[in-house]
Amino acid sequence: MQHYPIIVIGGGHAGVEAACVGARMGVRVGLVTMNASKIGAMSCNPAIGGLGKGHLVREVDAFDGVLGRAADVGAIHYRMLNRSKGSAVWGPRVQADRKLFGAAVRAQVAAEETLDVIAGEAAALVLEGGRVAGVELADGTRIGCEAAILCTGTFLGGILFRGEETFVGGRVGEGSAARLAAQLREAALPMARLKTGTPPRLDGRTIDWSQLDEQPSDDELWTMSPLSHGRANPQIFCAITRTNARAHEIIRANLSRSPLYSGAIGAQGPRYCPSIEDKIDRFGDRDGHQIFLEPEGLDTPLVYPNGISTSLPTDVQEDFLRAIDGLEQVRVVEPGYAVEYDHVDPRSLDRWLQLRSLPGLYCAGQINGTTGYEEAAAQGLVAGLHAASVVLERNPPALDRANSYIAVMVDDLTLHGVTEPYRMLTARAEYRLRLRANNASTRLTPLAIEAGCVHEERRAWFEVRAAARADVESALAADYGPAEMRALGFGATDDAGRQPLRDWTRFPGIDLSALQYAGLVPRETDSALLEEIGEDLHYAPYIARQDAELRELRANEQVALAPDFPFTEVPGLSNEMVERLSRARPDSLAQAGRVAGITPAAMAALLVYARKYHESRAA
Amino acid sequence: MIRVSGPRAAEALTRLAGPLPTPRRASLRQIADPDRGWLDEALVLWFPGPNTATGEDCAEIHCHGGRAVIRAIETALERGCGLRRAEAGEFTRRAFLNGRMDLLEAEALGDMLSAETELQRAVLASSAGGAASSRLAEWREEVLAASAAVEQELDFSDDDQGDLPPAPWRGALEEIGAQMDQWLATPSADRLRDGLRIVLAGPPNAGKSSLFNAILDEAAAIVSPIAGTTRDVIERPIALGGVPFLLVDTAGLRGEGADEIEQLGIMRAEGELGRADIILWLGPEGEGPAEALEVASMSDLPGAARKGQGAFHVSSTTRDGLADLIAHLVTLGRERLPKPGQVAVSRRQKERLADARESIRRAAGEDDLLIAGEALRQARHAMDAMLGTVATEDMLDALFGRFCIGK
Repeated sequence: MQHYPIIVIGGGHAGVEAACVGARMGVRVGLVTMNASKIGAMSCNPAIGGLGKGHLVREVDAFDGVLGRAADVGAIHYRMLNRSKGSAVWGPRVQADRKLFGAAVRAQVAAEETLDVIAGEAAALVLEGGRVAGVELADGTRIGCEAAILCTGTFLGGILFRGEETFVGGRVGEGSAARLAAQLREAALPMARLKTGTPPRLDGRTIDWSQLDEQPSDDELWTMSPLSHGRANPQIFCAITRTNARAHEIIRANLSRSPLYSGAIGAQGPRYCPSIEDKIDRFGDRDGHQIFLEPEGLDTPLVYPNGISTSLPTDVQEDFLRAIDGLEQVRVVEPGYAVEYDHVDPRSLDRWLQLRSLPGLYCAGQINGTTGYEEAAAQGLVAGLHAASVVLERNPPALDRANSYIAVMVDDLTLHGVTEPYRMLTARAEYRLRLRANNASTRLTPLAIEAGCVHEERRAWFEVRAAARADVESALAADYGPAEMRALGFGATDDAGRQPLRDWTRFPGIDLSALQYAGLVPRETDSALLEEIGEDLHYAPYIARQDAELRELRANEQVALAPDFPFTEVPGLSNEMVERLSRARPDSLAQAGRVAGITPAAMAALLVYARKYHESRAA
Repeated sequence: MIRVSGPRAAEALTRLAGPLPTPRRASLRQIADPDRGWLDEALVLWFPGPNTATGEDCAEIHCHGGRAVIRAIETALERGCGLRRAEAGEFTRRAFLNGRMDLLEAEALGDMLSAETELQRAVLASSAGGAASSRLAEWREEVLAASAAVEQELDFSDDDQGDLPPAPWRGALEEIGAQMDQWLATPSADRLRDGLRIVLAGPPNAGKSSLFNAILDEAAAIVSPIAGTTRDVIERPIALGGVPFLLVDTAGLRGEGADEIEQLGIMRAEGELGRADIILWLGPEGEGPAEALEVASMSDLPGAARKGQGAFHVSSTTRDGLADLIAHLVTLGRERLPKPGQVAVSRRQKERLADARESIRRAAGEDDLLIAGEALRQARHAMDAMLGTVATEDMLDALFGRFCIGK
């Protein structure tokens, strides 16, 4: 029987990152997918990044992941969202040519020497002694493994809805992994259903672009990954249009034909990315909703109308679209639809996304109730990192809410579960001033190097950068007096006194690029690095205020709650608290404090009991 | 009255007083112990948890007050039912652990239980009863709403939802800030608990000790002993007109020439002046600390110095003028201590409130939404700490520590 230490099931964004990180760490990985040519396919919006999501892309990239560089290879439009706000909430986003992006992902997969792609349908898991021992394919082949990572997206028990029609499958034109879903249900995993939707795809040649506002790609030459350079492709523009009263009228008249309203779909969809039916129904007073018309590629006329996901019948979709400016003649190539799918309750997973009840089995991506490529990729990275660390008998990197959005997401998922598809938002990260998209490498690449999951190119790049950073830091530590500053052409009065250069940056007219120009900071310093250090200085006072809070957090993290911690035995905990805690299984007091609805009293009771419990066990 | 709390309350009550009475209704029962026979006739009440004072099953036995009776019932509860005496503050502690009260209420209750004057009780009652907590919870909701408005602008601005008009949030913050300022302007509950410090100061033989004793004679003594009275600074907790004071006599203040021991006493005396709320200055007019009340003592002696307008002339021997001085002290005390209806929180709580206030001020005036959002988050964190939502070892030690030394 063939054997891989790690088998990854599913070739979407979670599966690719899980498989590749294992391979980067030198572990042999088998990636089982129904269709090898679909590895890295973008099933919904051909865009990578965005608010909160861009942070995840940069973090995955800081671990030498696939997503960021593939996005740069495929990018045909760059836009830094939220640029008018503070830099900690900037959201780097690109639109990618589907073909170029997919090919870039597959090229990275093919380049991993210890990664094999196995074409086939994973039909069942092989279990031995309460652990995962292998995977059985639909043709009966069995492959042994120590860890299996399920990255099956919406393919588990997926049902598509469009108007009065329903289809079984994960994506239009592809089958659903029904047998595997049935087995997971039998294994008594806590499962639930969610729904998501996608808009119709339009033929760009039938859109009247001339009457619409253009949105060009950014002029600044930033990239998703610091290892990418410049622009790989010609950049195209997007356009913006709006729904209007007539379109709303058509939708409203046909709401009863939408499976969302006819009762065919019972599952909860995302509140922050509602279907156009939902928008009309819930924000009835609005006279229009923006639609971003996003070209899907360089050599395809397909256009993705962002903002109008729908599951109305095909004829209604066409009718309301043609009521909209610029779309009067539009041809729908592929109508929109809604997908209802199974997901595993992520509260049954540990903080590395491994099922508590079935060691060796990990779940990553949409199967855990999240939405988005970026969220999926980050989870794949987490599961793959851990599975490979176990195989190699190493410690996985220390991720926590104060160092990464990745940890924020995993912590949220595994503690709170999901009631709607989980999407990353910067508001979820309480320490976001220190978690900027542009300092992801500084935050995480050292951890990645220690975990052994970066290739030589990244390591070399990071070392050069770390040295450059150290040079700037030492330049900023040097003391200067007012007279010296004036001699260099800066406005400085004598009452400022002698102080380190970093403190001089608080004075008007003195910023890092001015200091660089004056030669006080090494002239060869890369502008992105200088910008990052400048923001560090800008946010430093606010971050310093969090120090006490972080000490508290870390102290509460030290109060461990063992996996078998008897919540039922804690005096003073109400049944409701016991139930919430038993389901979330926090592994520290800090985590317990984040479980929804846990009262201060419950925390106090836990702390008192945890002290006694662990003392008595230690004795 | 004997109160029983915990899972065996029902069993204990049944054993001593027969079948459980209707919940929350007083019923007259014969209290008897199978091993010891008839003990008393008493009103008993039964409170099934969790909606009780402690959150647990509770029983009350309103017995006759004699010590022997109480001791007999206690013994029956301990030996026959396996119960034990509550530790200091344990009922409050259990109420906190069972979610029946938050930190703010628990602290106020702790202070109220040790209240010795009507003013202390009246002020603390509203905090202990949850009035302060519910106000704080309202503020927290408002701050949360402001946070949500800021986050909406931050996280959705480039999405479709972004063309929703931004919700006004700065105005609400300024209003909350003004309300917080009122709490902050109220003297802390610590002063209320410990009493306003009246320090008697002046050179040796100025009559400080005589005046000290004369005021003590007029005051209702507060019994609780204060640690550290065996110093050359003598303190006595007293109540004047229902207002709690701490009367402090200091070693005489003298310049050079004092011996080493005296010097030490003088340094302590100077320290006392710094901590004083009210200073009675018995030395030469105008030579005392600023803001001190000028008092001319020994006014009955013919050669006694007269002081100018606004000074108090007191004779500790004849008590002339003493009533005027005391009336003035009571007036000052009422002004400087929280009044009934005002919310008085402990100094520690005030520090957190000041943090929250400062964060709200920063948020309201900050143009960078990101920084405003962070300031609001810190405001919530400080408010959560006041209610005890942020559980830390520090918070628990502080809370349970005080009950161990208090009531």
